[in-house]
Amino acid sequence: MMAGTADERIANMDKQIALPRKNGELVFEAPWEARAFGLAVALNEKGAYRWSDFSQGLAREIATAEASGDPSTYYERWLATLESLVIAKGLATHEELDAMAAEQALQDGHHDDAHPHHPNGHHHGGTG
Amino acid sequence: MTQEQHGSDHVQAEIDVALRTKALEALLVEKGLITTDVIDEIVRLYERDIGPLNGAKVVAKAWTNTDYKRRLLENGTAAVAELGFTGSQGAEMVVLENTPTVHNVVVCTLCSCYPWPVLGLPPTWYKSFAYRSRVVREPRVVLREFGLALPESVEVRVWDSNSEVRYMVLPERPAGTEHLGEAELIPLVTRDAMIGVANAQAPQTLPGGE
Repeated sequence: MMAGTADERIANMDKQIALPRKNGELVFEAPWEARAFGLAVALNEKGAYRWSDFSQGLAREIATAEASGDPSTYYERWLATLESLVIAKGLATHEELDAMAAEQALQDGHHDDAHPHHPNGHHHGGTG
Repeated sequence: MTQEQHGSDHVQAEIDVALRTKALEALLVEKGLITTDVIDEIVRLYERDIGPLNGAKVVAKAWTNTDYKRRLLENGTAAVAELGFTGSQGAEMVVLENTPTVHNVVVCTLCSCYPWPVLGLPPTWYKSFAYRSRVVREPRVVLREFGLALPESVEVRVWDSNSEVRYMVLPERPAGTEHLGEAELIPLVTRDAMIGVANAQAPQTLPGGE
């Protein structure tokens, strides 16, 4: 899965669910967008769901948002899709997510730590 | 750079989605479903892999280094690997040089073979039946539709990729870029130029501040 190349089915999503790009490259407007992207791909690689589950969910999310004139951005819709799918697949509950968000908000208040991952300058070998 | 002046509602919404993303990640990490390292790795991989940046680096190096250019045209696979770009599933990489008299354009008439390690992922049109069939039959017409009008004196060569050979075009270095270094040349090299449906951009046509 994590063979060192992008998954075509993800990269080649078409039409309204196409990934935002500039000159062919992915564009993340904010760090959280990249995290949300990575999360969705990671869970798929872990076998938590098929990519089509996610892409179909995203298509529905976008269609609903557009039909109701919701001005949300691509990755806001992406995140909403991911949260719904995580809950639908029983990986987490709504309550757990809310509780964790509250906890994180509290932590953010104490430390100004926007990047929870540890810095590592070098590449690791094979991943699972 | 986030220089726009957002309204405070928008700022709050941004904080909320950032927080929700963080919470989701933290929860899934806590449950042992994922690790932050894996997400880092995926983001890095897709940012690098999806775009044509690798190919642009190859082209800019070839424009500024005649030895590298010679190696690139002689053995594309090896020269591209020199920059660390490998992994096209055993396919040979052949680089085609555009000159004032020859213009190369790449297609895969059978499916969508594409030099992934250097160009990332193919654009949708590259995989379309219309492009695959028409660029062989009427390349000049197709190129004109892409906005590239070539004089009759320029010979157009169409290269059909397959599972053994992947082609990439080395576009001509734009005029007026003699003073630019490798790093400044990279942004001039577009994906379309390396497929051969466009020329490299002239420096002044680059999107500026927008």
